[in-house]
Amino acid sequence: MSVDEKMVRRIANLARIGVTDDELPALAKELSAILGFVEQLSEVDTDGVKPLTSAVENKIRGREDVVSDGGYAQDVLANAPEKDDEYFSVPKVVE
Amino acid sequence: MNELTEFTLAEARDGLAKKQFSAVELTQAHIDRIAKSSALNAYVLETPEKALEMAAASDAKINAGEARPLEGLPIGVKDLFCTKGVRTTACSNILGDFIPPYESTVTQNLWDDGAVMLGKLNNDEFAMGSSNETSRFGPVVNPWKANGTELVPGGSSGGSSAAVAARLGIAATATDTGGSIRQPAAFTGTVGLKPTYGRCSRWGIVAFASSLDQAGPITHTVRDAAMMLQSMASFDKRDTTSVERAVPDYEAALTGDIKGLRVGIPAEYRVDNMPAEIEALWQQGIDWLKAAGAEIVDVSLPHTKYALPAYYIIAPAEASSNLARYDGVRYGARKNGTDIDDMYAQTRAAGFGDEVKRRVMIGTYALSAGYYDAYYVKALQVRRLIAEDFTKAYEKCDVLLTPTTPSAAFPIGKNIEDPLEMYLNDVFTVTVNLAGLPGISVPAGVDGDGLPLGLQLIGQAFGEETLLRSAAVLEEAAGFDAQPQDWWSA
Repeated sequence: MSVDEKMVRRIANLARIGVTDDELPALAKELSAILGFVEQLSEVDTDGVKPLTSAVENKIRGREDVVSDGGYAQDVLANAPEKDDEYFSVPKVVE
Repeated sequence: MNELTEFTLAEARDGLAKKQFSAVELTQAHIDRIAKSSALNAYVLETPEKALEMAAASDAKINAGEARPLEGLPIGVKDLFCTKGVRTTACSNILGDFIPPYESTVTQNLWDDGAVMLGKLNNDEFAMGSSNETSRFGPVVNPWKANGTELVPGGSSGGSSAAVAARLGIAATATDTGGSIRQPAAFTGTVGLKPTYGRCSRWGIVAFASSLDQAGPITHTVRDAAMMLQSMASFDKRDTTSVERAVPDYEAALTGDIKGLRVGIPAEYRVDNMPAEIEALWQQGIDWLKAAGAEIVDVSLPHTKYALPAYYIIAPAEASSNLARYDGVRYGARKNGTDIDDMYAQTRAAGFGDEVKRRVMIGTYALSAGYYDAYYVKALQVRRLIAEDFTKAYEKCDVLLTPTTPSAAFPIGKNIEDPLEMYLNDVFTVTVNLAGLPGISVPAGVDGDGLPLGLQLIGQAFGEETLLRSAAVLEEAAGFDAQPQDWWSA
């Protein structure tokens, strides 16, 4: 499987990574090489095999539905590139 | 070399207990040595004042007869572990000057046991790499050289491996997603232990691929690895995959007795083009364990060949999801754009390096509509077959012995332009992550250029005691005592 420049543009958009037109040919080549490598997986007969998402069988633990943490907005905001009072600040989203 | 930097962790612990030197003296010796070692680029942030403060507190504890297990022992911390009030970047530009308001569970465990933090260690950006060349702070240089050429220290925990090998810290924390503890240990003549998935908490460690990531130590000896794991391992309810299981006494497991232990030799690890020296070292390792009373068993792990391709779908898929959080809104470096979507795209374009972008894009593709079943689900099915290979092998044996890497350390710049060539470094280590098992690399010999080579032992899930016991026997038999020549001290 190889990807063309149009597909790279689509993936970059889905991944929210800005890519210039100059970068497209090299990226298409690199991503195609990696996808070519993983293509070997199609040789393996996986009919009826259940996907393995976690190596250690572990039941997800529940916890009581109570407030157990929080109340330190300034700590949460301490690393914000831009903030306003107790809020993160971003460019205008709704006109 | 200052003799206070020549100790193993166990030796330094004993010296402190006998008051042969103080924790402040021990820490100062390492601080001085780090200050002269910038040519290695192992540390990305030195914290000497914090280290001396912690060491002074340790001396007070020792003098009061209240020494904890790692009291006064100075160590380095991979920059993937969040450290409260101390800049943590995962060696990525996108984290800017992020200062965590909290401490990772693993490092908190170490400080609670009295360890002293010397600073933060270099790594591949977001732990994605096998050479420590993708860091925003530039490459780490291996203390070992061949014919005057500068070599990589392995990756992603290259700062950790270089620092321990060059004695810029008695031990170091590291993380392993596909081989990132064991491969750098093999490249630097150090011991690298990746515990069972779920043994050490992932809370507060910058996430790469959550179903594979696991913290562990890089040390001089197997005993030191046991000491570090003893402290790093814990049950943590803040990590939903942390396993609620008592932490055994790992040092007590080092009995030196492996009589009757069944050691499996997987046929599929005899790969094409394996250097004769590595083949010979592997055979030597088999002979050593046999001489110590182990029984050697031939086993088969038939899906080994498909581990790397499965990994290069699963790890990027998880990374693409984990790294979605870096959007320039809540922390890290922001780049402004024409609107909010453009701000995300520009922030991530400027903040991520080439390898991280490649992996996020491969992962995004593998998870996207129309390709999810063909790539992601297929890789997870193959992952199960790989895990089942191990289950079957362990019906016939207790541990497995393999080489750690297909080569010794390579020159800086050699593989960085060819991602696939770089990925092959993890061919012997990545299966262990996919199956969630513990693995350890022990320095076992040198190649024709005098560079260290490692042998890997793989254990059963939560079989760290047997794994460490076997590794200590291998270590004793190998008697590896080569040291890198100090060319870097300024």
